[in-house]
Amino acid sequence: MAHEATHDQHDDHHHAPQGFFQRWVMSTNHKDIGTLYLIFSLTMFFIGGSFAMVIRAELFKPGLQLVQPYFFNEMTTMHALVMIFGAIMPAFVGLGNWMIPMMVGAPDMALPRMNNLSFWILPFAFALLLSTLFLPGGSQAGGWTMYPPLSLQSSSLAYTVFAIHLMGISSIMGAINIIATILNMRAPGMDLLKMPVFVWSWLITAFLLIAVMPVLAGAVTMLLTDKYFGTSFFNPHGGGDPVLYQHVFWFFGHPEVYIMILPAFGIISEVIPTFSRKPIFGYKAMVFAIASIAFLSFIVWAHHMFAVGLPMGAEIFFMYATMLIAVPTGVKVFNWVATMWGGSLSFETPMLFAIAFVILFTIGGFSGLMLALVPADFQYHDTYFVVAHFHYVLVTGAAFAIMSATYYWMPKWTGHMYNEFWGKVHFWCSVVFVNVLFFPQHFLGLAGMPRRIPDYNVAFADFNMISSIGGFLFGASQLIFLGVIVHCAFFSKKKATDRVWEGARGLEWTLSSPPPHHSFTVPPVVHDEELAHGHVND
Amino acid sequence: MTSGSIRTDGTGPDGHRIRDGRSSRGGMAGIRRAVVASTAIVLALCAGLAQADPHPWQLNMGRGATTWSGEPYFLNNVALGVCVVIGVLVFGAMFIAMFRFRKSRGAVAEKWSHNTMVEIIWTTIPVIILMTLAWLATDGMRTFYDTTGSQMTVKVTGYQWKWRYDYVDYLGKPVSKVGYMSKLDALSDKTRQLDSGLDPYAVKTGDENTYLLNVDKPLVLPIHTKIRFVITSEDVIHSWWMPSFGWKMDAIPGIINSAWTNINAAGTYRGQCAELCGQDHGFMPIVVKAVSKEDFAKWLAAQEQANAPAPAAPAAAATAAAPATAQVVAPDAGGHG
Repeated sequence: MAHEATHDQHDDHHHAPQGFFQRWVMSTNHKDIGTLYLIFSLTMFFIGGSFAMVIRAELFKPGLQLVQPYFFNEMTTMHALVMIFGAIMPAFVGLGNWMIPMMVGAPDMALPRMNNLSFWILPFAFALLLSTLFLPGGSQAGGWTMYPPLSLQSSSLAYTVFAIHLMGISSIMGAINIIATILNMRAPGMDLLKMPVFVWSWLITAFLLIAVMPVLAGAVTMLLTDKYFGTSFFNPHGGGDPVLYQHVFWFFGHPEVYIMILPAFGIISEVIPTFSRKPIFGYKAMVFAIASIAFLSFIVWAHHMFAVGLPMGAEIFFMYATMLIAVPTGVKVFNWVATMWGGSLSFETPMLFAIAFVILFTIGGFSGLMLALVPADFQYHDTYFVVAHFHYVLVTGAAFAIMSATYYWMPKWTGHMYNEFWGKVHFWCSVVFVNVLFFPQHFLGLAGMPRRIPDYNVAFADFNMISSIGGFLFGASQLIFLGVIVHCAFFSKKKATDRVWEGARGLEWTLSSPPPHHSFTVPPVVHDEELAHGHVND
Repeated sequence: MTSGSIRTDGTGPDGHRIRDGRSSRGGMAGIRRAVVASTAIVLALCAGLAQADPHPWQLNMGRGATTWSGEPYFLNNVALGVCVVIGVLVFGAMFIAMFRFRKSRGAVAEKWSHNTMVEIIWTTIPVIILMTLAWLATDGMRTFYDTTGSQMTVKVTGYQWKWRYDYVDYLGKPVSKVGYMSKLDALSDKTRQLDSGLDPYAVKTGDENTYLLNVDKPLVLPIHTKIRFVITSEDVIHSWWMPSFGWKMDAIPGIINSAWTNINAAGTYRGQCAELCGQDHGFMPIVVKAVSKEDFAKWLAAQEQANAPAPAAPAAAATAAAPATAQVVAPDAGGHG
């Protein structure tokens, strides 16, 4: 009897539910929910991207040709909110959902029903957020940072705040789930210091999320009560302080930007060893560097506020702390280069994106170092130099890592190879046009163009036009990405092997491609030589 | 003063400023000389242009026009030089690896994944570089925060979407009732309307295009004078940014920030609001007209005289509150006075 019961369950586990509603809406399966997250993220990537196209079209030449200034501000605000909370973060959660259980040898996420809830909150949160564009008075137009008193002038503040609350709840639940999975569900022998770096990066990121999302919720709730319930947290007429908001916001905001880059570090630390056919250099240093960056992220927030008139002692502290981040970040970059050194390199699409990540993210890091220097930041602050900086770390950093991960694991997910030719076309278009798009923005900022302006003096015209052309072409290139994904998921005839990549190491590659609906129902036996980073005793 | 002569005043000394700035840097501490030398190529490429900022195809930060504005410029160049050198080394190593260790060239992967000595070296060297940069930056901050010994005080107030300038004191004496609104000039304002059909390239003050960088009444300041600014706002947060002064400072309601400048050369300097402050954030420029001490004293006396008995003068400031209305002052006047 017992045996029969087990057998029935076993059968259940290998088949996805048949009905569409049953399978996708009621799913508790980490792979299906991961897929949902990734589809959602891709959708938001295109929605947020279309806002960016509006921005770049208006900035194509001096004079206002397309939109009113207020709508332009709505676009910059919504572009940021959608890309940060809708595209980048859900993409990482989706990748974590798909890969973490398979990488640590767990059958599923620790809390499958919460997993379902944390995903299904998101479409509602974003429907709410995006609906504000159609409300009378328009959406929030005070920038994604929503500094008061300006943000309090928006008539749709309550919608935005509630949407952010929902996103925060979703993120916190996702983070709890990931921590619970990693700490409790690892296969025997998968010690913490044997985990793939991607899993490590997510473990640390999840703690960051739990630490800071409530802070954001608090900040925006105070905005809400200031606007509707007569409080004066940020209202100087009632004894409040507008700068207090900025402190609270950036106490969330700075860890938040690392939330968007640490999992990217993890991805790159998987991809580069695979295509170098060589274990990652300095595994423990890599893990320690991620942990150091995460710690430092809590004590650097005021470097976003160097122009608010902080006392000199505070500025010096935040400058030194910020500069310190360059050390562990540098260690990571050096270790990736050292991983490639002496390897046996091949350049499939995931590796191309990973190499572009290392180079272009480092350029973003360089401008970050320049921004950390307070007297220079008095000039850089709130200019296009900053815009160039954070797009180098978020587009060629986070987004390129997500693209790398997509090409890297898509054959595992679908069981079919993507089209390598079109993958490479996508890569080369992206990497060329993204630089045409963002590199000239450094010059614009240095020449004195403030950010978040819909129109500008003719002195800024040339580089803005170049940047816009790059923007349109970069945007169009992403349609290739969509095409490659759709082709791979539905039309590709080329079967993927279990290992997919010659140099791939780690438990996820021991499963079939695609993996069974429920994998590792029996914990796998971990062989140290199978692990992605190789020699764990180093 | 005609607009033509203002422009000559502005661009003429600008070229000298750049050359002066570079030679005076040469006399500073040895470490500075060394890093300046290492960035000489970048300087020659990006900063050797003797044009008013911003100018088309401008690649680098300007040297600025005040006693302090060289600090951010210098730090910018040093940090850029450091980044370029590190970038060449790291990316160079990467490209060598990509060509030497290709599988298609028969490269066989080695097994090592650890080297303590190398890791110590590439942790220590960045720390030393960072300490150098931090020392230079801290030096620049010490001087920035020292607003003592100022000979003049100007109060700057941000409004949606214009600036107000009030002269508080000059050479130890209080200034009475000299203050006015300063907002986007009428021609820029007309041109910048959606589908205005007007050409931004046609918005000129003399030969200089001043589209969105011109105001009806500029802030008039004396040169060679340590001027303290007290900066605040009446509604939302703005940021008063004059690139030629080398800094921006947020204008925050309920808070009074301070900063200082000491302008080296007469001329017209242009900047913009740098903190998103609503729909017309891009349309509240800042123009400073720096004049000699003698001219400034005359101008200030004339203003005080004009404002003291006549009740009509504050009314002129009040009309400035309504945007896009007829201008009292000639719109193409790059300077006032």
